Amino acid sequence: MWNYTEKVMDHFLRPRNVGEIAEPDAVGEVGNITCGDALKLFLKLDEAKENIVDVKFQTFGCASAIASASALTELIKGKSVSDVEGINNRNIADFLGELPEEKMHCSVMGMEALQAALSNLRGESDGKMTTGDHDHGDGYDPDGIDRIVCYCFGVTERQIRDVVKGNGLTSVEDVTHYCKAGGGCGGCKKDIAAILEKVSEEEPEPASEPEPEAPKKLTNVQKMMLIQKAIDDEIRPGLQADGGDLELIDIDGDTVTVALRGSCAGCPSAHITLKRWVEAKLHELVSPDLVVEASKG
Amino acid sequence: MRKEVVYVDNNATTRVAPEVLEAMLPFLTDFYGNPSSIHTFGGQVREHVQTAREQLASLLGASPEEVIFTSCGTESDNAAILSALENDVRRRKVITSRVEHPAVLSLCKVLQQRGYHVEFVPVNNRGQLCLDALCKMLDDETAIVSVMWANNETGNIYPVLEIADIAHQHGALFHTDAVQAVGKVPINLAKSNIDFLSLSGHKLHAPKGIGGLYVRKGVRFNQFLIGGHQEYGLRAGTENVPGIVALGTAAGLAEQHMTDERTRVAAMRDHLEHGLLKSCPNARVNGSPRSRLPNTTNVSFEYIEGESILLLMNEFNIAASSGSACTSGSLEPSHVLRAMGLPYTALHGSIRFSLSRYNTMDEVELILEKLPPIITRLREISPYGRMAEGDA
Repeated sequence: MWNYTEKVMDHFLRPRNVGEIAEPDAVGEVGNITCGDALKLFLKLDEAKENIVDVKFQTFGCASAIASASALTELIKGKSVSDVEGINNRNIADFLGELPEEKMHCSVMGMEALQAALSNLRGESDGKMTTGDHDHGDGYDPDGIDRIVCYCFGVTERQIRDVVKGNGLTSVEDVTHYCKAGGGCGGCKKDIAAILEKVSEEEPEPASEPEPEAPKKLTNVQKMMLIQKAIDDEIRPGLQADGGDLELIDIDGDTVTVALRGSCAGCPSAHITLKRWVEAKLHELVSPDLVVEASKG
Repeated sequence: MRKEVVYVDNNATTRVAPEVLEAMLPFLTDFYGNPSSIHTFGGQVREHVQTAREQLASLLGASPEEVIFTSCGTESDNAAILSALENDVRRRKVITSRVEHPAVLSLCKVLQQRGYHVEFVPVNNRGQLCLDALCKMLDDETAIVSVMWANNETGNIYPVLEIADIAHQHGALFHTDAVQAVGKVPINLAKSNIDFLSLSGHKLHAPKGIGGLYVRKGVRFNQFLIGGHQEYGLRAGTENVPGIVALGTAAGLAEQHMTDERTRVAAMRDHLEHGLLKSCPNARVNGSPRSRLPNTTNVSFEYIEGESILLLMNEFNIAASSGSACTSGSLEPSHVLRAMGLPYTALHGSIRFSLSRYNTMDEVELILEKLPPIITRLREISPYGRMAEGDA
C-alpha cells in the first residue's frame, strides 16, 4: 500500500476542477491509455488572453495521477499565463506535501500537460503530446534529442534530460520514477545511464559521432534472409512478450511490408512501434536503407 | 476499534482459522520442545508433527513420507526445480508457462542467466495454456516441466495431470505450483504422474511462514537447505512446529469444507460476477470461467485504472487486489494479463476478487452496492470515459 499524504488522498477523493470546458482556449493532452495514465487539460482565458479564468481536467490513472492533476488546476486557476509558465513537477509535488518517489512521474505528467496546453495556446501545436506518439514526419532525426530512448513508454531523450535537470536526478532508478523510462523491459537502462553521464558533464553539445562505416552491398537473397532472421530472432520475441506479434508480408526492393498482430494490432503506439523499433532494428541488423510499411488490410 | 473489513483478497493471504490458532497455540507456549530431542519433553512433539504430515498427505492423496514441510511456497518451488536440474546434469532445459507466479518465473530467469535453456509456454486470450506449444518444446534435453495447478490472478486451472503424463513420455520430471489449488479443488496425487507439488499454509487458513512440498516416492531429491537430518533428511532446519501443526489442522479443515468451497463459495463468486457485469457497462471477465477456482473472479473495468478503484473501495473497507501497474510498484501491468493479450483498454482496470468460506452473501451484496458507483465516478473523471458510455 502506498504511503499517500492526507493531501494526496484529499485531492484523489475530492478532485477539484474535474470535467471539460466546452470551448476552451487551449487544450493539453499527455499520456495514453496503453501506458496506464493520461491527462487532458482544458484552459479558458479572459478576453485579453492573459489570465486563466477557468481550468478543467480529465485523468485516466492511479490516485496520485488524479491528485497531481487536481493540484495542478489549483496552482494555475486565476493566474496569468506568464505566472504559470515556470510551473514544474516539483511545484505540484510540493503542493501535495509529498509523493512517493515511484509516483513522481504523475507530477511530471501534470507539468507536461501544462506545457502542452501553453504550446497549444501559443498556436505552436495542437496540444497533443501523447507520450511516444509524436509524429515528427520527415524531420525526424533518430540520433537527435527527440529520439525515443524508452520504447516501452515512448520517452524521448529530451524528456529524460528535462526531468534530470529539473529535479537534480543522479540515478537510472530516479529517472524511472520521474518519467517511467526504463520501467518496462529495462533494455534502455544503459542508455539512460549514458544520458545521466552526459548531463552531469554538462557538455554544451553532444559529442560528434564517428562516421558509420559504409555498409556492405547485399544481394537480394542475402537481404531477404537477413530480414527474416532479424524479424524471427529479434523483433517477434520482443512483441510476443507483450502479447503482440508481427508477420512479414512482402519485401520489394528496400520496402519491407509487415502486418502487426495480436495486441499490437490495436495499440495506439503501433505506428511508432513499426517506425522507431521495427525499422530501427532492421536498420541496425540489415541495412540503413530499409523502409518498413504496414500492410493495408 | 478495528472496523469490519470485507476481505475478498484470499488469493493474497487468508485469515487463520480459529481452530487452527487453537491447535497451534500450545506449541508456542507449553510444548516448545525440539522434536529431535531424545527426552520425552521434546520427543512428544514429534508425534504432532507426524499427525500434521498425515493430515496434509490425506488432503493431497499422498503418503505421509512423500510430504515435507518447508517455510513457504517459494522455497518449495525453488527446491523442486533446482533439485531436478542437479540430479540430471545432462538435461539443461526447463519448460514453464508465461503465467507462473514470480516464485517460479524469477527463478527461471535466473536459470537462463546461468546458461540453462528455459522455454515459456504461451497462453491464449482466455489464459488457457497452449498444449501444442508445450509438446513441441519438450525434448530429451528437458529436465523438468513446471506448470501451476491454478493461476493466482485469474483462477484458471491448468491440465496438470495431462501435462505430467506428457512430460514423463520424454523422461522429464513434472512440478506444479499448487499454492492456489490446495484446499480449493480435490487433489489425488496417488493417481497422478506429478513428481513435485508446492503448497503454502497461509493460502488455506494457516499462518504465514509454513509451506509444504510433495516429492513422489522414488524421485531423487536434493536438499535445498543443507544441514541436519530433519524431514527425512530432505529439508534441514529445526521444524516450525506451531506452523506445521497449524498447516495439518488447516489441511483437515480444508478437506471438510471442500464441498462448501465448491458450492456456497462458488455461488457467492458467481453472484458477485454476474452482478458486476450486469451493473457495470464495459466490464469483462478475464480468464476461463469453465475451468477456474471456485473462489476467484478477475474482472476488468475498461477505460479506468485499478489502483483508483481499489483505493475507492478501500474507503468502504472492501479489500481486493488489482493487476494494474500502479498497485505493484512496477510500471507494467500484470504479466499474466499481458501474456493473455488483453486489450489495452482493459489491461489497467483489472480487479481480482478472491473469496473464502468466511465471506457471506451480505458482503457480496455490499460490494455490488458500492462498486458500480465507483466505476461510474472514475469514468466521469477519465478522458476515455465517454468511450465506455458510447458503446455501452
